[in-house]
Amino acid sequence: MYPPNFEYYAPSTLAEAIGLLDQHQGEAKVLAGGQSLIGMMKLRLAQPGALVDINRIPNLAYIREDAKGLAIGALTRTAELGRSEVLRSRYPILSDAGLEIADPTVRNWGTVGGNVSHGDPGNDLPACMLALNADYTVQGPKGSRVIPARKFYPDSFVTALKPNEVLTEIRIARPGAGTGSAYSKMERKVGDFATAAVGVHLVVGQAGAIDRAGIGLTNVGPTAIYAAAASDFLAGKTGTAADLAKVGDLAAEAAQPIADNRGPVEFKKDMVRVWTRRTVTHALARAKGGK
Amino acid sequence: MAIDVEEVAGSVPANTTRVIHVTVNGVAHRSTVQNRTLLVHYLRERLRLTGTHIGCDTAHCGACTVLVDGIPVKSCNLFAVQVDGRKVETVEGLETGGKLHPVQEGFHLEHGLQCGYCTPGMMMATVALLASNPNPTEEEIRRGISGNLCRCTGYVNIVKAVQYASRKMREAPAKGGA
Repeated sequence: MYPPNFEYYAPSTLAEAIGLLDQHQGEAKVLAGGQSLIGMMKLRLAQPGALVDINRIPNLAYIREDAKGLAIGALTRTAELGRSEVLRSRYPILSDAGLEIADPTVRNWGTVGGNVSHGDPGNDLPACMLALNADYTVQGPKGSRVIPARKFYPDSFVTALKPNEVLTEIRIARPGAGTGSAYSKMERKVGDFATAAVGVHLVVGQAGAIDRAGIGLTNVGPTAIYAAAASDFLAGKTGTAADLAKVGDLAAEAAQPIADNRGPVEFKKDMVRVWTRRTVTHALARAKGGK
Repeated sequence: MAIDVEEVAGSVPANTTRVIHVTVNGVAHRSTVQNRTLLVHYLRERLRLTGTHIGCDTAHCGACTVLVDGIPVKSCNLFAVQVDGRKVETVEGLETGGKLHPVQEGFHLEHGLQCGYCTPGMMMATVALLASNPNPTEEEIRRGISGNLCRCTGYVNIVKAVQYASRKMREAPAKGGA
C-alpha cells in the first residue's frame, strides 16, 4: 500500500523544522519514528501534504538525569527505555512500558516523542506520563513552552500541540525516597494495543502511608485517562485489601471503554479494576525496595 | 556505484521525488524515488531484491524486516527517503561466497520453516539478536523474535535454529558474518 504522495523535508536544525511546519500552516506533520503515522497514511486515515522528518536534527535523542529530575529527548527510540539502567532503578514505570510497546522491532524505530504526541489512546507512554505528572517541552516559532501531560490530551488524536510546534523533551521530577512506580498491560498478543493497561506512580511517607499517587489508563477511553479520583483516594492509605478494592473500583469508574474485538465494555472496566489493584500493589512493593 | 534508472512516472510533481544514496548489502546505489515509496517496495521493485517479503503490510508480521545501520526495522513502515545515507542489509546479503550464514544454516538444518514466508525477516531479526546477545536463553530468543510472526512452525524449530546459529557463531566468531 502506498500512501498518497507528499512533500518531504529533512531539516538539520530545529529552527528549520519549525519554519517548515509554520510555512505549511497545518498541512505538514512531523515524522519521527513514523511507526503510527506511516500506517495511518497508508490507510488514508492521515493525508499530510508534507512531512518534516526530524531524524537528521542532532541532540534530540537522550535519557539524562540531573538534580531536577529526568529529561528524555523526543527522538529517543522506545527500545532505549527498556535498556536504561537509570529508568530501571528510579523510574521503573518507563522501563516496564518500554518492554510492552508494540514489539521489539517497532520499538527500534518508534520514538518516545512520537508515542506521547500522537494522541492515540492506545499508545502506552501517555498513561505513564499522566501518572508521573510529566511536563512536555514544545518549541514553536515564538520559542519554547511547557505543557503538563495532564493538560495535553483533550481528545482522540487531538493534543495541545499546535501545528507549528515540535515536542522536544519530556521532563519528570526527580523521585524522592519511598517512590515506586509500575506499568502493566493486558494484551492479546505481542504487538497489539492494550485491552487495558495501567500506570501507577506513588510516594510512600515515613509512616508507611501513601503521600500521593498518580494513576493513568491506556486504551479504555477516547484519550489516555488520568484517573484523578482513584489517584487522590490513595493519599493516606497503606494498601490494605480494602484500599486496593476501592482504588480498583474508582479507576474502573474513570474508564470509558468502547466494545470492540478486545472485549465488551463491562469486561474492559473489570480489567481496569483488576490491573489497577495489581499495578498499585507492584508500585507499593517497589516503593519499599522490591523489584 | 549502481545508478538505477529513473522509473518515476512523468505526471509526478518534482517536489514529491528525491534522490537518495543508500548502500544495500555493501553496494552503493543512487536512486530517484517518490517520497511515498516504502523501503520494502524500493528494495523489491527497484533493486529487485525480492528476498524481503511483504506480509501484513501494517508493521505487525515482521516478514519485511531488514537491518538499517545494523538495527532491525520493518521496511513496510519506513519510507525509502528515510534511509538516505544509511546502510541497509537484507537476506540476500547473508551468504558470502556461496556459503550460508550460520543463521541460514540453522534454519535449514533445524527445519526452522515450513512455507518460508516469514523466514527472511525471521533471519534478519535473528542476526541482530545474536549480534547484541550472542548466547541468548530460550526466553530471550522468544522475546527477541516476538516482532516476527510464523504461522507454520509453532516457533519450536525456529528457536532451535537460533540456538544452532548461536552455538555455531560462538564456536567460530570470525566466520560469524553480518
